[in-house]
Amino acid sequence: MLIEGNIHIMGDNVDTDVIIPGRYLSLTDPKEIAKHIFEGVEPEFVKRVKPGDIIVAGRNFGSGSSREHAVIGLKALGISAIVAKSFARIFYRNAINVGLPIFISPQLVEFLEQMEIRGVGSFIKSTDLTIRIYAESGEIEFLDRKFKSTALPKFIQDIIASGGIIEWARKRLGK
Amino acid sequence: MKQTIAEKILSKKNIERKEVKAGDIILGKPDVILINDASGPLTFIQFKNIGAKKIADPQSVVVVLDHFSPPPSLSAAETFKETRKFVQEYDIPNFFEIGKGGIEHTLLPERGFIRPGSLIIGGDSHTCTYGAFNAFGTGLGSTDIAVALALGYTWFLVPESQRFKFEGKRMPFVSGKDLILKVIKDIGVDGATYQSIEFAGSGLLQFNIDEYMALCNMAVEAGAKTGIVEGNDNIAKWTVSKIGYLPELVKADEGAEYVNSIEYNLSEIDEPLVAKPHSPGNVVSIPEVEGIHVDQVYIGNCANGTLTDLRQAAFVLKGRNVAKGTRLIVVPATQQIYKQAIKKGLIEIFLEAGASISTPTCGACFGGHMGLLSDGEVAITTTNRNFRGRMGSAKAEIYLANAFVAAASAVTGYITNPKKIVNWEEAKKFVYGDQNVN
Repeated sequence: MLIEGNIHIMGDNVDTDVIIPGRYLSLTDPKEIAKHIFEGVEPEFVKRVKPGDIIVAGRNFGSGSSREHAVIGLKALGISAIVAKSFARIFYRNAINVGLPIFISPQLVEFLEQMEIRGVGSFIKSTDLTIRIYAESGEIEFLDRKFKSTALPKFIQDIIASGGIIEWARKRLGK
Repeated sequence: MKQTIAEKILSKKNIERKEVKAGDIILGKPDVILINDASGPLTFIQFKNIGAKKIADPQSVVVVLDHFSPPPSLSAAETFKETRKFVQEYDIPNFFEIGKGGIEHTLLPERGFIRPGSLIIGGDSHTCTYGAFNAFGTGLGSTDIAVALALGYTWFLVPESQRFKFEGKRMPFVSGKDLILKVIKDIGVDGATYQSIEFAGSGLLQFNIDEYMALCNMAVEAGAKTGIVEGNDNIAKWTVSKIGYLPELVKADEGAEYVNSIEYNLSEIDEPLVAKPHSPGNVVSIPEVEGIHVDQVYIGNCANGTLTDLRQAAFVLKGRNVAKGTRLIVVPATQQIYKQAIKKGLIEIFLEAGASISTPTCGACFGGHMGLLSDGEVAITTTNRNFRGRMGSAKAEIYLANAFVAAASAVTGYITNPKKIVNWEEAKKFVYGDQNVN
């Protein structure tokens, strides 16, 4: 599968409170959650995102609260993948469980940092630049360069291959 | 095989009953599955998507209404209704309604659900708090909780471990909160990602169980999967008083492998610490922030609305008033703590001082309700996160500290070192009674 989209760049330690503030945790409709993504720090972000866009971030993306609303909201907003130097543990599991593709690629993120890319916004820099991610191999293309990403552990690949954690649980339940 | 605490607990909970080591992926059966009103409704949707007809082990499930308790909005009222419906539909015996429980992580140990060696999963990142009781608690998202409800087990990556040992003499006005702030300061907010943090050492005997909760509560703020206090006499005493007998305490084997091991001399943590905006890792010693004006002081959360925290605050506030230009909100963590605080005269002290006393709730700690901050406002709180927008406006600033510091700051209206207004020897007597705290 090829994932291709414009990138929105952010820094280290983006926590789930800035992704979706606590006051919205009583929402369960993905479309409603999506309206408030990054509302506090970058209120214009939801208007700038187009379906298929990709987030590129630094270390420890998705730290803090376990709220699955963060992953659900990003996905409903149209974000097609997240590439980061590293992910916080619960966000990492949530993303896999909800089916939002994530890629660990410090090489790509460091390369973008060195380029000092300009974009619209302060907390999040939204750009017209495009990256292409080959989901199976984890290879990422940007301009004429190629970057590797860390492969997911075999056990997690198997869960994804079996149709995600819900399907995995359903099959086990039937046993 | 020499094992860490995490390896020992997960070996016992592994459904294949085999010894495990860091890096293994296992299927483990949790003793307790915790659900709350914030992450629960998404869990219920996924549980139905799995197609399970029943919960595998209803006895292991505990449902607590605490985040938006009592509901401030129609959408929250709706999620409360959904939660009650799920509890009824699937015959969950352990359910805590508004007015009957309190904040989950203080409530579960109080009601005897937690014991040494337990494995607890919860739809809340601060499930790591149960490490205070020598148990393995870890937070998961709503879908993972739904899977565990349906199957009775789920997958765990056995974590690598770091070990922090505390020796030496406890210093004045330094509490459990300060120990974890010190650790996060040293290893960073992603310093223990996907790892277990063990807390050990004879120095910890000078802190009480409530303070162990504050210590373990913020392990996740260093990215950790769990934080666990090694079995010791304080935990043994607490366990016997709570459940009437003593299961085996979990201790690491001599020679177990750690990715990092640090020993602290408590005499070097000689002043309370404060985490500055906007990161729990942005930690300084209190002299660096004294004098900063605070609009709001908030004493409460899932590990810092304990009777110990309320006593610390009450000792400082006794006979004093909350400063003009500052407001104080006090949140006893559970109904039982609230009741004890009334009996011991603490609530009267707070009322006389001009504090607002809240019903037990996660409230403003997670930015839900009951005391949100406006643009430009500054707060000092005993909570665990000071991220941008955590307690309301993204343009507000939050400082994290222990309850002595928070209460002293309420009295003066600016961040204040408690030693400047109260005496430690008297404070010790008032807060800890006969316990030997140094």
